[in-house]
Amino acid sequence: MNSRLLLLVPLAASTLFAQVSFDRILGANKEPQNWLTYSGTTFSQRYSLLNQVTPANVKNLELQWVYQVRSLEKFEATPLVVDGIMYTVEAPNTIIALDAASGRVFWKYTYAPSADARPCCGRVNRGVAIAGDTLFMGTIDAHLIAVDAKSGKLLWDKSIAPPKSGYALTLAPLIVKDKVIVGTAGGELGVRGFLAAYDTRTGKELWRFYTIPGPGEPGHETWQNDAWKTGGGPIWVTGSYDPDSNLTYWGVGNAGPDYNGDVRPGDNLYTSSVIALDADTGKLKWHYQFSPHDQYDYDAVQIPVLADLQWQGKPRKVMLWAFRGGLFYVLDRTNGQFLLGKPFVEVNWMNGFDEDGRPKLVAGKLPSAEGVRITPGNQGGTNWYSPAYSPRTGLFYISSWVNYTTSFSKGEGEYSEGKFYTGGGGRRNNPNVVTPAFLTGANTLNVRKEEEGYGAIRAMDLQTGERKWEYKMSDVTDAGILTTATDLLFSGGRDGYFYALDARTGTLLWKASVGGYVANGPMTYSVNGRQYVAVAAGNSLFVYALRQ
Amino acid sequence: MLMKTCFLLLAGGALVLAQHGESPSDAEAGGQIFQGTCSRCHGPDGDGVPPINLLTGKFRKAYSDADLVKIIQGGISGTAMPPGNYTDVQAKNVVAYFHASAEAAASNMAPPGDPARGKVVFETKGGCLACHRVNGVGSRIAPDLTNIGALRNSRNLQESLVDPDAQILPENRYVRATMRDGTVITGKILDQDPFSVQIMDEKERLRSLSRSDMRSFAFLEKSMMPSYKGKLSSQELEDVISYLHSLKGVETQ
Repeated sequence: MNSRLLLLVPLAASTLFAQVSFDRILGANKEPQNWLTYSGTTFSQRYSLLNQVTPANVKNLELQWVYQVRSLEKFEATPLVVDGIMYTVEAPNTIIALDAASGRVFWKYTYAPSADARPCCGRVNRGVAIAGDTLFMGTIDAHLIAVDAKSGKLLWDKSIAPPKSGYALTLAPLIVKDKVIVGTAGGELGVRGFLAAYDTRTGKELWRFYTIPGPGEPGHETWQNDAWKTGGGPIWVTGSYDPDSNLTYWGVGNAGPDYNGDVRPGDNLYTSSVIALDADTGKLKWHYQFSPHDQYDYDAVQIPVLADLQWQGKPRKVMLWAFRGGLFYVLDRTNGQFLLGKPFVEVNWMNGFDEDGRPKLVAGKLPSAEGVRITPGNQGGTNWYSPAYSPRTGLFYISSWVNYTTSFSKGEGEYSEGKFYTGGGGRRNNPNVVTPAFLTGANTLNVRKEEEGYGAIRAMDLQTGERKWEYKMSDVTDAGILTTATDLLFSGGRDGYFYALDARTGTLLWKASVGGYVANGPMTYSVNGRQYVAVAAGNSLFVYALRQ
Repeated sequence: MLMKTCFLLLAGGALVLAQHGESPSDAEAGGQIFQGTCSRCHGPDGDGVPPINLLTGKFRKAYSDADLVKIIQGGISGTAMPPGNYTDVQAKNVVAYFHASAEAAASNMAPPGDPARGKVVFETKGGCLACHRVNGVGSRIAPDLTNIGALRNSRNLQESLVDPDAQILPENRYVRATMRDGTVITGKILDQDPFSVQIMDEKERLRSLSRSDMRSFAFLEKSMMPSYKGKLSSQELEDVISYLHSLKGVETQ
């Protein structure tokens, strides 16, 4: 396997400077020197076939270049690399094209968002998509723009929703055939979420799927009164695509108002759910709801990780999911059938499932005026951080927040356009206890005890849902995970380290002090036969390769 | 929770509100904005983003009312504090709510002691400067008390003096590391990661300790501070509380 790959890489390099056709994206594993879509492939495993860096030599990784952005925002973008050119985003909305081997800049394109933009949780962006010679970026004022990948010139600019009402695009778009697909954030501001597909050449909207069904549509009965108009259901993390079924899979965020469900009786479909849509038409094929009538802000905005594997003795097309509410799931991705659901951190809001896979809620664990202690806490057992699946180890890796609890309070909340509409909040239990909080620019020091919350990589056995190993950090983590064909696992966290673990055992093999939060997914690529590993930390992008 | 807070401030906050040219109804309107929106991150009691406690007037630094209005409207760039589209009147009402809540919290108990006598006890018999610091005098290993009267009410101060273990704020936690060579190092924890711990030791030295050099590491569950119950007379305690209550920080020019 390994030697064959080494031969393949130079052959693939002969396609240099070709446009990025959708066939190339579908076959991304055939050119592991490139990273053509946010999660590496449309299966979103964040598993690379590059094999130059190994457990034996990873200690020889050394810094090759650093690129510093001028933004103080969280650096959440995963870069793309296409034939030696890297494309990433400086928050909020500046695309940068760099020489992937040296970090020298070819061009920058700055989109200036309108003052109407009001993203809830930071003026952030998670990256671009590429199709042909065109890059696509969502903006925090809810535009989708197309930029020429060679010149950095704007090709088209489409406003897709009113930013004044709280709509914002922070995710990296997904390309499927001739369409660029995006969803919108705004779950804390009373939006009605949607996913929509646009013509890559013209920006024309080809279909739109509202995550909250309107009157007359199936699922509308899970809402009452006018709550559906402001019920949330944002989509702010990139989905996946399976060419065999032509289904595209996306995670849908929380219902709104977040912590006060009184104004929205019912299951509130399709909030806190995964949806499977026909990529040509946007029609719903199936859904699975992780948290019916959610009142914990448990967005299901996780990356749908697709895998074809032997599951409990039979070949199966599955979807692997680490839900913010603290559970790991295996679903049949052809029909949404619930196969397995097991907590990967302590969970006190639910206890088991009925036969259809609906969670059984625990009595007395709904937000109240006085506050109720819920585990996992407000930011979840995990969140939007990209997990990884290695077909070699058969393990699924989750950036986890362990021992993390907050007190959920229910409050009033009246909808007013463009304002926070949360109906309460999550907070720490008392002033003598510190709990990990939403990632802020300040208050970065960590004096927590382990029982007050820590971050970990947790490796889950797919067949049983049991944990195989854990790598503990001191602080929590907003970092994604990458694994490689040599059984390396790369990740980071708020501790300010970037590290490599043995993907089979969790043993630390190498680390670099990067002096800032890692709040994005590491990725790997190669140029002229040399493998690089890239990660952003703080306000800089760091790129490593083996010492020569 | 919301109702309770509102009643409290209406009862206790009229005086301070008048000083700022604010009315109880301004504060009530501000309270509704605060509880509806700001509390999502800051919590219903204003303490959700430590060390800030908006409702006892504990901010990161001294802000004028105009500064606060600006922050409420414009956010703080580079942090999670977002801009909020509030009118001037709405933002000022939120500030009025801060004033009223802080006053309600502070007026719980008026200390009856003598601050001048308390200062003497604090500096001599109490021996407090061996660990604490006031206006640049004393040690840094325990909390700096220069501003403590602005941060704590008399009840909290009393509790800290007679039962120092009752509440230890996370930023005042002590740890003990036993190193492989047998050395025991105690200090206030400043930061940590999987490989190291940063502390201020008992001699005020800033030290970074490698976990791989440690045999054991633990948080101290008890405060380093002794209880003054029985060590100071009740009059002396009252005087010390009164002194601490008078410490409202250094005026900057």
